[in-house]
Amino acid sequence: MRTDPIVLTVAFGYLALLFVIAAWGDRRAEQGRSIIGSPTVYTLSIAVYCTAWTFYGSVGRAAEFGPSFLMIYLGPTLAMLMAPMMIRKMVRIASTQRITSIADFISARYGKSSSLGALVAIIALIGITPYIALQLKAITLSHAVLVNYPDAAEFQLQEESFWIDKSFWVALVLAVFIILFGTRHLDASERHEGMVAAIAFESLIKLVAFLTVGVFVVFVLFNGPGDLFRQVANTPELVGALSLEAVPGGAIGWVGTFVLAFLAFLTLPRQFQVLVVENVDERHLRRASWLFPLYLVAINLFVIPIAMAGLLLPVGNSDPDSFVLTLPLSAGIEGIPLLVFIGGLSAATGMVIVETIALSTMVSNQLIMPLLLRSKRLHLSSQGELAGWLLGIRRVAIVMILLLGYLYHALIGDSYSLVTIGLVSFVGAAQFAPAMLIGMYWRGATRAGATLGLLAGFVTWFYTLLLPGFAQSGWLDATFLEQGLLGLEWLRPYALFGLEGFDIYSHSLMWSLLLNIGLLVGISLFTRQSPVEQTQAALFTEAMNPGLQHTSLWRGQTTRGELQSLLSRYLGAGATARILADPHANPADNAPAPPALIARAEQGLSGALGSASARVLINSVVRGEALDLESILSILDTTSQTLEYNRRLEQKSNELARIGEELRAANERLRELDRLKDEFVAMVSHELRTPLTSIRAFAEILRDGQDLPEEKRKHFLEVVVLESQRLSRLIEEILDLARLESGRLTLNPQRLDLVALVRHSVDAVHRLQEDRGVKLEVDLEPDEAMVIGDPDRLEQVIINLLDNGGKFADDDTPRVRLHLARHKQSFRLSVEDNGPGIAPDERERVFEKFHQIKRYSDAGSKARGRPRGSGLGLPISRGIVNHLGGRLWVDDAPTLKGACLVMELPEATEEAAPA
Amino acid sequence: MNASPQARLVALIGLAILLFSPPLVLIFDRPPSAGLSWLPLYLFVAWTLVIALAAWLMEHRQEDS
Repeated sequence: MRTDPIVLTVAFGYLALLFVIAAWGDRRAEQGRSIIGSPTVYTLSIAVYCTAWTFYGSVGRAAEFGPSFLMIYLGPTLAMLMAPMMIRKMVRIASTQRITSIADFISARYGKSSSLGALVAIIALIGITPYIALQLKAITLSHAVLVNYPDAAEFQLQEESFWIDKSFWVALVLAVFIILFGTRHLDASERHEGMVAAIAFESLIKLVAFLTVGVFVVFVLFNGPGDLFRQVANTPELVGALSLEAVPGGAIGWVGTFVLAFLAFLTLPRQFQVLVVENVDERHLRRASWLFPLYLVAINLFVIPIAMAGLLLPVGNSDPDSFVLTLPLSAGIEGIPLLVFIGGLSAATGMVIVETIALSTMVSNQLIMPLLLRSKRLHLSSQGELAGWLLGIRRVAIVMILLLGYLYHALIGDSYSLVTIGLVSFVGAAQFAPAMLIGMYWRGATRAGATLGLLAGFVTWFYTLLLPGFAQSGWLDATFLEQGLLGLEWLRPYALFGLEGFDIYSHSLMWSLLLNIGLLVGISLFTRQSPVEQTQAALFTEAMNPGLQHTSLWRGQTTRGELQSLLSRYLGAGATARILADPHANPADNAPAPPALIARAEQGLSGALGSASARVLINSVVRGEALDLESILSILDTTSQTLEYNRRLEQKSNELARIGEELRAANERLRELDRLKDEFVAMVSHELRTPLTSIRAFAEILRDGQDLPEEKRKHFLEVVVLESQRLSRLIEEILDLARLESGRLTLNPQRLDLVALVRHSVDAVHRLQEDRGVKLEVDLEPDEAMVIGDPDRLEQVIINLLDNGGKFADDDTPRVRLHLARHKQSFRLSVEDNGPGIAPDERERVFEKFHQIKRYSDAGSKARGRPRGSGLGLPISRGIVNHLGGRLWVDDAPTLKGACLVMELPEATEEAAPA
Repeated sequence: MNASPQARLVALIGLAILLFSPPLVLIFDRPPSAGLSWLPLYLFVAWTLVIALAAWLMEHRQEDS
């Protein structure tokens, strides 16, 4: 099964499948049913981060350097956590400015500078080509391991010429793929739907392949992870393999790799391509910000087990980078190695495809186009010809980049292990981070600062990482590694200025970023920005400002006809008609072009040629300048002012709504009070009229009936007197209530013994209760209960409570029980009866004025001589008790099962002297 | 008033940086003399935790403007 024909058939069959998927993706896009419009596909496309370097190299790195390989994936995790803030801003900027690559992004930020864009493109080309070489090397190597096992792969490699090398043919197939699916549109800022679909598919394949081999190693070669790690722990030379000691550079190397991976994830051209340029919807970032880290966890889950297993078992090939292949091979399994090979192939091809597209766009738009635009000849070229030119340039660039990668692989690739080349590229790409990230948040960063910072960072990287790499592969005399350039000790590339103890990557990253950021900030503080730069700086830093979205930034003048001829010369007729939204535009149209149209034209050109070239072209037909900084700032200010006004207005209106609500509630209460007052007046009049009526009636009888017997006359007079007493008592109560409610009730609080007071009150009502047949029980727990109170008023309350109890007790055997007890820091006096009790929902209402509980049982005749209450006793009592700092409420009767009224008064402390 | 989603995200980022950086990482790392290091296990657990928190934060928060 491992014979060459089968392996090759499978491999190229897989590549053919990619073509099919990409073609299908593009067709769906044309039909308007895009398959990449989902956050999951977006996430999978970001997983192009995991290259062959992850697939084979992670295991190698874990075997050699312990857990440090994880930092290469924790850095991106951190970056993705920041996606909703940072990457979202990048996506917003890129879509409004039609950014095509990271070089375009940086060039656009610093005044659409073509020189800066060219610099970024060159650095990317130098830094990334080895990385592409690394992928091709991985394909060659894995193929050799697969076919030659158990013979060593290296021996075979040296014998081969390039036409036998499989990776050469793979590169060729990829070139065709990229040309077909990567250069379909002239506008490079448009999505490559088919390509993204293929990449997402590749991400799935490599994950499945890696998980399969992981499960196989852990559960088939060993009995689960427990068994594997027990064996590792029992192998003395492997015990230290998982600790921080195995990490080069220790803690510093740890942090260095973390920072490096974080920055590189954002600045590697292919990552910028899938994260920013190919993003179809900002909202996808939200899902991707956790789904992508999850993908990373999954693909890293089995790295350590595989590495450890490879070190434990005799696999016949000592290269840890190939453990993924050699472990299943050594077990004699045939299918899994083939799957692994395809997984590695998918990881490698995915990276090569995206990286090549990104680089070719940079090369054509940032390097070649600006040169061509300067040559006079090109301006004379006829309509639409340039569109063909551009695509041609890009296609040639693709072939050249792949060829360059292959050459690098063939010439130098053997001297490095996979991971080494990868990290070298990472540090190179990280040089873009200061210009990009600082430029996004600091308006003051200038082009001079960015250029010098980038140059310094690049040179430092070149000297401390790339050059030593060349030296180690024998291209250069390696003595300068040990002795420094020109014999100067402090210029040793791996210990610049004598800084030792770092691993080479952290060392290079530290120095290059230090110089890069230092120069960017330092020079920016002392240089001035050109007007275009100021404008662009404002547009970038304020990209999330909603005021900028629909503003047109041009105020120059030109005619529609001129714009039309410019666009059709460079983009062709179709694209021109789309941009101008006018199929009948003709070059002779002399109507002035509105600013929005000029902006659209510039964006259209940017998407195809890059912002720097687009600016040059637009300037060639538009008289006057783009909107200057002042106008932008004023837009921003107006917007932020408007926002501020809006915010304040909203606050105010919220406040108003709240106040309105309060007013409504107050009004409601007032109405309620008014109603209560009316009721009160009606009640009072009613209550007063009853005794008055009877007094008047009896008085009239006495006046008219002169011949009444003396006995009757006396009885009538008795009634008149009683009713008058009742009347005056009622009036007294009403006055009390009025005083209580208006707060004018004068109490005379003093220290007094509640026990004594209760006894006194009980004595006062005892006779009356006995007359009514009420059995009164008194239970006083404490001997002395000192409280603060007005003795007269308190007695009034107690008598009232007892009186009430008597009134509502059972008809046949009325019983009332008074109980006084200490409760925490206060005394509770409860009066209960054995009557029907008070329903729970009535309990608060008994304290309302004139509220009288209806007694259904004696609604008719059973008067029993009990006086009717006025309905004012309880409200007055509660008012008095509240005034004295106590409480009065209705509770469940514990013993007699009727109503129970409880009065609670705080205990008077010793110091509380009587007033 | 609830903290804004933005503030929660910033706090989560801070937590992630803290969890993956030396002071905490060193605690879970054991020198070879003391047997296998817990470091990889710790990293995977912390990693999954951060992702779970992020997922919760992203999927539950309201669309912000």
